[in-house]
This record gives sequence, C-alpha cells and structure tokens, in this order.
Amino acid sequence: MNPFSYQRATGTEQAVHAIQAHGAKFLGGGTNLVDLMKDNVERPTALIDITKLQLAKIEDAPGGGVKIGALVRNSDLASDPRIVRDYPLLSQALLAGASPQLRNMATTGGNLLQRTRCYYFMDTSYGACNKRAPGSGCAAVQGINRIHAILGQTDKGATSGETCIATNPSDMNVALAALGAVIHVQSTRGKRTIPIAEFHRLPGTTPHVDTTLHSDELITAVELPPAKFARNSWYVKVRDRQSYAFALVSVAAGLEMSGGTIKSAGLALGGVAHKPWRVAEAEKALVGATPGVEAYTKAAELAVAGAKGYEHNAFKIEMAKRSVVRALALAANGTRAGAEGVQG
Amino acid sequence: MMDAQENEKGEAMQPMTQLRDRYDGVAKVTGKAKYAGEFSEPFAKDDLVYARMVQSSIPCGTLVAIDRTAAERAPGVLAVLTPFNAPKLNTSKPEPPARRNLSVLEDTEVHYNGQPIAVVVAKTLEQARYAETLLKIKYKAKPAKLELPAKLAKEGRLGEARWPKNPGKEQPSNRRGDLDKGFAAAAVTVDESYVTPIQVHNPMEPHATIAWWEGEKLNLYDSTQYISGVKQAIARALNIPLDDVRVQCPYTGGGFGSKGSMWSHIPLAATAAKVVGKPVKLVLGRTQMFGTVGYRPTTVSRIRLGATADGKLTAVQQDAVMNASVMEDFHEGVAGPAKRLYESRNNLISEKMIDTNLGVGTFMRAPGEAPGTSVLEIAMDELAEKLKMDPVELRLANYAEKDPTSDKPFTSKHLREAYARAAERFGWAKRSATPGQKIEGSNLIGYGMATATYPANRSSAQAVVRILPGGKVWAASGTQELGTGMYTILAQTAAQVFGLDLAKDPTAVEVALGDSKLPKAPVSGGSQSTASVLPAVQAAAQQALLKLSVLAVNDAASPLHGLQTLDLGAKDGKLFHKAKPAHADSFAAIIERNGNQAIEAEGSAEPGQDHSAYSAQSWGAVFAEVAVDRYTFMPYVRRVVGTYDIGTLMNDKTGLNQLMGGIVWGVSFALHEEAHIDPVYGRTVNNNLGEYHVPVNRDIGQIDVTVLNIPDTKFNPLGGRGIGEIGITGAAAAVANAIYNATGKRIREYPITPDKLCSRSLTL
Repeated sequence: MNPFSYQRATGTEQAVHAIQAHGAKFLGGGTNLVDLMKDNVERPTALIDITKLQLAKIEDAPGGGVKIGALVRNSDLASDPRIVRDYPLLSQALLAGASPQLRNMATTGGNLLQRTRCYYFMDTSYGACNKRAPGSGCAAVQGINRIHAILGQTDKGATSGETCIATNPSDMNVALAALGAVIHVQSTRGKRTIPIAEFHRLPGTTPHVDTTLHSDELITAVELPPAKFARNSWYVKVRDRQSYAFALVSVAAGLEMSGGTIKSAGLALGGVAHKPWRVAEAEKALVGATPGVEAYTKAAELAVAGAKGYEHNAFKIEMAKRSVVRALALAANGTRAGAEGVQG
Repeated sequence: MMDAQENEKGEAMQPMTQLRDRYDGVAKVTGKAKYAGEFSEPFAKDDLVYARMVQSSIPCGTLVAIDRTAAERAPGVLAVLTPFNAPKLNTSKPEPPARRNLSVLEDTEVHYNGQPIAVVVAKTLEQARYAETLLKIKYKAKPAKLELPAKLAKEGRLGEARWPKNPGKEQPSNRRGDLDKGFAAAAVTVDESYVTPIQVHNPMEPHATIAWWEGEKLNLYDSTQYISGVKQAIARALNIPLDDVRVQCPYTGGGFGSKGSMWSHIPLAATAAKVVGKPVKLVLGRTQMFGTVGYRPTTVSRIRLGATADGKLTAVQQDAVMNASVMEDFHEGVAGPAKRLYESRNNLISEKMIDTNLGVGTFMRAPGEAPGTSVLEIAMDELAEKLKMDPVELRLANYAEKDPTSDKPFTSKHLREAYARAAERFGWAKRSATPGQKIEGSNLIGYGMATATYPANRSSAQAVVRILPGGKVWAASGTQELGTGMYTILAQTAAQVFGLDLAKDPTAVEVALGDSKLPKAPVSGGSQSTASVLPAVQAAAQQALLKLSVLAVNDAASPLHGLQTLDLGAKDGKLFHKAKPAHADSFAAIIERNGNQAIEAEGSAEPGQDHSAYSAQSWGAVFAEVAVDRYTFMPYVRRVVGTYDIGTLMNDKTGLNQLMGGIVWGVSFALHEEAHIDPVYGRTVNNNLGEYHVPVNRDIGQIDVTVLNIPDTKFNPLGGRGIGEIGITGAAAAVANAIYNATGKRIREYPITPDKLCSRSLTL
C-alpha cells in the first residue's frame, strides 16, 4: 500500500475541488478501492472521503422516474419499497451481488465504478496487463480466461498494448443498462448527465479507461426513467456457487407487455464484455413479438452475435444464449423479486 | 445416536461421559482464546515488529540482483533480507511431515512463482508492505515446467510421467493377481479417465509466526498442527540445540494438513528476529497461502474396472499421474482406494509424477482417499449402471471382509450397517436408476451414493497429569487444538478416570496443550490424535490416581488407611471405599496431609501389541440429493446423509461437527474448489477467497450425520478411531453421481461447475 493523505469532504463543492489534486480519488464504501490499494493495484496519493455528503436520498425525478443518490448503499437501494415496486429488476440484480456485509458498505456510485475481477489486473505480479499498466500487454488472452469477455473485447495478441478481454463485474450495472439509467455527474466545470450506455466503455485502444467519467468528476446520482418493466422483469445470474461469486453470465431482462404482445424490451448481459452488453437489435426484435421461446431465441442469437470465445470461456456463448431465453421467459411470467427473497 | 456400547467381544463398556459444551467454547467465542499471531507478550509489546515475505513473480530462473536501497530507506524499515545478504540456514534433505524442502534465501535459484525471495522487516505491517513495492528485483528467467497432467492427457502425453523418486520404480505391492485374466473374465467393463484439480487448504487462520530470542534461546508462537515437529525442524534449520527452542500454539485456526510441516516463513521469521534483535511477527497474507504452504496435487486417473454379470469385480486398474514440484515429491495416494476398498483379486495401480515449477504439494484433508474415492466411486457408479445394478448392491457384492492388500482381518468393520442405515435415512429406495426422470419446477433432481473410507492411524504419545493441592486436576500433552475438540476430549478423558463431573464443575479439570515443553504428542494429522493422545492421558491419569490412592491407604489419618488401592474408587473429588462408599477422603485432604504438593504422573501410549496382526480402517456410506437448474445448469446439493463406522465417538458435538465439516468439504470438492494455474506464469490466478470458491452457507442444504458407535477396542482401549478426515471421502463422488442421475451428464473432471454441465462435448 502506498502512503496517501486522507481528507473528509463536507460538501459537494469542496469534494470536487479536492479531487483536483494529482492522484486523488474519491472514497465511498471502499469495498473495491481499499482492497486494490492494499494489493498495490490502485495507488492514489490522496483519498477524498465523500461518505458524509448529502447524496444518500432516493427521490422523485422530474420526468416521472426516480433519482438515486450516489451514496445510497446497495442494501438500502435493494430494499427500498419504491425500487422493489417499480424497478424490481434493479433490486433483484443488487441482491444477486456480493454479500450482505459488502452491500451494506457499497454505494451506488461506487458500484458503477467497480473495477474488473480479471486475475491479471488484480495481481501486480503479472507483468502484462494493459488495464493496470498501459502498454504492457495482456496475460489473459493466453492465460486462464474463464471469466473473461466474449463480446466487444480488443484482441490484438498478448503483446499488444491495446489487448484487453476484461469484463465489468457489476450486477447492478447490468440492470441499470436494461433500465436505461442516466448518470448525473459534477465537477468544478459544472454538471452533466451521461446515459448508462455511454458511461461504461469498451476497451478500444485504451483499455486502462473503464468509463467516460473524467478523473475530476463526482457521480452525484443515478436517474431511472419512468418504470416500464415493473410487472415483467427478471435477472438471471449463472455463477459457480449460490452466493458471493461473480457472474459467469448474467442477464437483465425487462418486458413491457401490451395485450398478448411485447411493446418494448430492455435486455442487457453481464459477465460477457467490458461493459454491460446491450444490443439494440435484440431488443427491437422483441418489439411486437408474441412472447415465447421462438422470439426469445431470436433475441438471444442477436444479443451474442459476433461473440468470440477463448480456450477457457467459449462456454459463455451457449450459456449466454440460454440465459437470455431463460431471463425473458421468467420476465414474461411476471416479476417476483423481493417477495421471493431472491438474493445474493 | 449413542447406542449402548459394546466392544467387539460383545462386552459392555463404560461409556465416556461427554462434555456437552466445548471446553474452549467460551474462550473462542469471546475472543479470549489467543491464536499464534495475536500474542503481545511476554516481550515488550512495543518491541514487536512486522515481517513481510516477498515472493518471486516468475516460475523458474535465477535472481540476478535485488536492489534494496529504496526499500531500506523507506519509513519504519529495519531490515531487508535477500539471498544476497541473509544469514545462511541449514537446508537438509526433506523428511515429511515436519521437514520440507524450503526456500529460506539460501541461494538465488527460483523454483516456483511465489517462492520466498526476500523478507522486509518494519515497525508496522503497512510500512513493510510499502517497502516491498520499492524493491527492484532482477531475474534471469529460464523455461518453466508448467504442463499439468490434464493437459498431457488431452495431448496423449501421459507417458512422460515418471515414478516417484522414492522408490523410483514400481512398488511390488501395487500389483496382485492376473489383470489380463481378470479382464478376460469380465462381462462388463468401464474404462474412463478422471481429473481432480489442485486444491489449496485455506484454513481460516493464515499461517502465522511470532519469533523472539532470549539470548541463544528461540521462542516461537506458531500456528501449527505439530509443535514438536516445528521444534525439531527449526532447531536443525538454525543449527541450534533442540533444547534451545520452545514452540507454543494454544489454538490453531484450522490447518487441514497445511500446518503439519515447517514451511519457509517460520525459519525466515526466526532469522529476521535474530537480525533485528526484536520479536518479529510474520503472518502470511491470504494470497501468500497459494503455493508456499502446500496444496493437494492435481491428478489424472485412468480407471478400468471389469466385473461379472452379477457384479463381482474381476479386475481393477488405476493408472494415476499427478504433478510434483521440482523441489520435492509429494505423493498423493489417489489410487489407494482402488487397491484396498473392494474385494478384487486382480488389481494393478500405478501412481506417477510430472515435474512442475510449482511449490511443494502436501497432505490435505484425507490425502489419497479424498481424491481417490472421488474418482473410483464415479467409476463404480458407471459400472453399476452398465450392470443395471443398484449402486449399493454393487458395493455389497464386492464387500471386503479382510484387507485385500494384506489378507489381514480388520480390527473392526461394520460398513454393511452403515450402508443400510444411511440408505434408510436417505430414502434411497425412491431413486430412479434412469437419469433425468425426476423434475421439480426448473430443477432436475438426482440421487447418488458412494463409500467413504480412511485408515485408522495411531502413534506414540505422552501425557502428564497432576492432582493439584485443592483437589483439582491438571492434564496436559504436547498436542494441538485445531478446532477439532482436543481440549474437550482431553478434559473428559481425565475426568472419567477421576470420577469428576465436569457438568457440575467445569473447572475440575484444567487442560494444557500446544507447548513443546509438555510431553510429546504426534502431528495432528492422519486422523490420529484422538486414538494416540487419549490413551496416554488415560494412562497418566490412572497413574496419578494410583499414587494418590497409595498415599491414602498409607496415611493413618485417612478413613481409607489400611485398605488396598484396588478397593478404592474415585468420585466427585474423593477417593472412597468401594465396599463402603461412606468411607471417603477428598483429594484435597489427602494431598494437604501429605506435604501439600501436586501429585504428578506421566503416561505413555503406543499402538497395541497386536497392531500388525490387523488392518485398521474407518468406513462410511454417503448419499446425496442434488438439484440441477435445467436452464442455468447450476447444481445445488439439497441433502447429504452420511453414516460412519468410526469406533466410539468421543464427543457428539465436536465429532459430528468434524464429520459434517468433512461433508461440506466434499461438496466443495465436487462443485467448487480448483486452483487455476496460469500456464505461462505458473501462478495461481484465483489466489483469494473471492475467486477460489468454497461453499458459502447457501450452498449447503441439509446434512444428516450419524455414527454406528461400535467400539473398536482392538485398535485402542478407548475404542475410538480418528474422524478428522473420513467425512470428506466419498462425499464428492456421491454428489457427482447424483448430478449424473439428475442430468444424464457424466462429468469426470472436478469441480463440476455450470460450464461443464452446459457444454455438450466433454472428452479428455
């Protein structure tokens, strides 16, 4: 662990000023950042503790949606009555992640910035990781890539400075993608909003950059549009044990039904790409379709179109397709999150 | 659970009065029980400094240089030891369990990724870890051997394996009968390959050592399964007299075999303490426990079984290949069960090795039997299916009445009863032999079973018992408490001899263990501590009681004066005349009148005289019910029922807990555990408890454990065999077989994760 300074911010303005110090990072729940600091992966020179800022409310958004403060804890968000009622998909996804202890600490904003679980990123013993040490190469493409990406990755070989097959590990982010969330951010330069689809990015040629958030910007809230999928949504998570394991593959599915057909759909995959994987064509294919395996399978094929597997993760292509079909079927059956005690 | 106790001859035995609660339970849950890394005395607390073990990041090569300049200048740093400046230790030929081939900065060769290559000592742990990042380490890499047996199997290259260095050739005992003839006589055969992965012990408490010197004398608090082994091994490594070393370990937070040896961090801590002249604490980080303190090797086994149409095994063959470290062979006896579990006249096993640039493998809960039953018992399930025979019936058809490897009778074997009771409790009769028949909602339901087995071991052990002024009893042995209940059963064994009721007065017996100053006991490994230590405690207690009785009958002031010692009994802190129980004299009074000194006796116990005339083994039957999600292929073990034939169970709470823990580990073996080794770096990629999966609470359904509780007095006078390891055996295969029964997919490569069930082609 590097020596670092610590400062507790008392207001948003103070926080966005303090973050301008070179090498400074915001500290929220610390469930990810502190671990990475101990292992010398993250080396901030200053921590700006934002946990005392007034950003822990869940309130009405002007357009009829809901605005979730960046400091709302994952467990509070998952059990919030309005979220359970209107956005059960989000509640279900949150409860599928981590452990109760971690969810009690982890914040909404922090979860958005959760870093990959790629083994080669998390352990500084490996010389090659373009995400941790830009330009150093990628040990994962020829290594144990069981948990890695099959979609949207950059693969120019192990020695290329651009290669990265890491995945975004968050469950919450997958649900937020399917729900079409918007991220509110603030800096000394002002405020702006970023649609979730543009917030997380693919590795492209700069795999060390996870998101489009600037290093001096503070996430203040996550806004959800008016609820469309309250009655028909489901989060499927396939993992190596019943709880406290990252997704091999996950799917957030929301359907808006009208009569006997699908009026609109939100569909995002986790565990398969550098960002929550949302394919407009797959969602479009569902619009107007009659709910059923045929429509779901078509959407599944479109969702994983172009997938490329590696030595240890080729199974994810088939698993992702099956999980999409399953999530859509369960979503069509109706929402039961929360009441069923579906959890981490 | 506790049936009336009879020994093998049908004679009634006085059952041991069990302590209902753990002797050390309150101390543990209130945090009063101190573990090795938690001590801050007898040295001055502020003197304690911290050592961080620095590890190699390449699997094979030479250290060219380590630039310590920046690290030495970092805040709080007291010393940086590297192969270029560290005092040389005495490395000698390994002699497991205690002595292993270590990496103690003796030279610049790197044999595996994660090998200790430096030690940073600083005033705080954070300072030490920061200074570690400032070291500039230069290697000259060499090509590493990192091909594991499963890869070689896929490439048809298992022929590259060699015999273990000791003896370096096939053991004659690995072959009996005529295998070809056996297969020729078979109506049905099975011929498949099975893989078990590298597994890492991961006890909750990491390896931890505090070392401090008092002049030339070395003191260690060390988290270990073997205080006297550490004492002997460290004395040799440092070239100091055995008597100059004291090792203490009142509690060990789990070991599972990984703390049965002295690994590199212990001599490194002792050396660092010498160099800085202060007490040094060295605790391994979780990540550092992957490779430097042992692991279970990975194995590939080709198993061939031949049987007659009525299920009699005509031939059994298992050819296993495992990985070995280039530093030292560790032989995982994965083919042991194939050799001895069932009656089979024609039998051939081989266990060969592939050299790898990995750390040294070691004993891990039920070494040999855990992976061995996990693979053999799948093969038996496959055979049962081909024979259209019930899997239990197949086992009964090949029931070994005598040890098939030696033709010796068993000290005691009641496996038939175990099968019957477990099958009954499980409801095995409801199983459908055809896979995929039982569907509940989105789940496919399957039943499976397997046999559990583990040898009953016993070694020489010593103990000392004192009757203290005031009449309380102190019982001690240099054994270890690993969470197994050693304090508890030691207390109740002494209490039994003295007729003390610990329920009335839990302080009537004080127990001491975990100190190398106490009489010697064996390593807490091989499920032998109960069978070895308790008879020694019993003998010491009986001797102490006899001494007290002699004092009483020779004491004119005693109501028992003039009686024979044989006339006396002991109860509730008093000696009494058995014929006239009103004539009694308290321990306290007898001692007070006779100099008021503690009465002390030592006791020793050895394996029985007729030990070699018998084979001693424990047995069990395990049944599992599994639900596999049809869509996600996530398996879930709903129920496990296990019934064990382990002699007398000494204590229900601590004993059943160990058996249950073993079953949980069996589920883990079946579904979760695998250390993934990077093929280039030779490093465990999932080297933390987030990514190295073991079951969480939600992974474990109902577990029903029972014991037959039939005393095995041919094995030892108390009738008990060890129970630490048998619980893990058989359990994994029972789960694997249940998954097959649920899905019709036969997975022969552990762990059985959703990806393997999802993919269509599964060939080796």
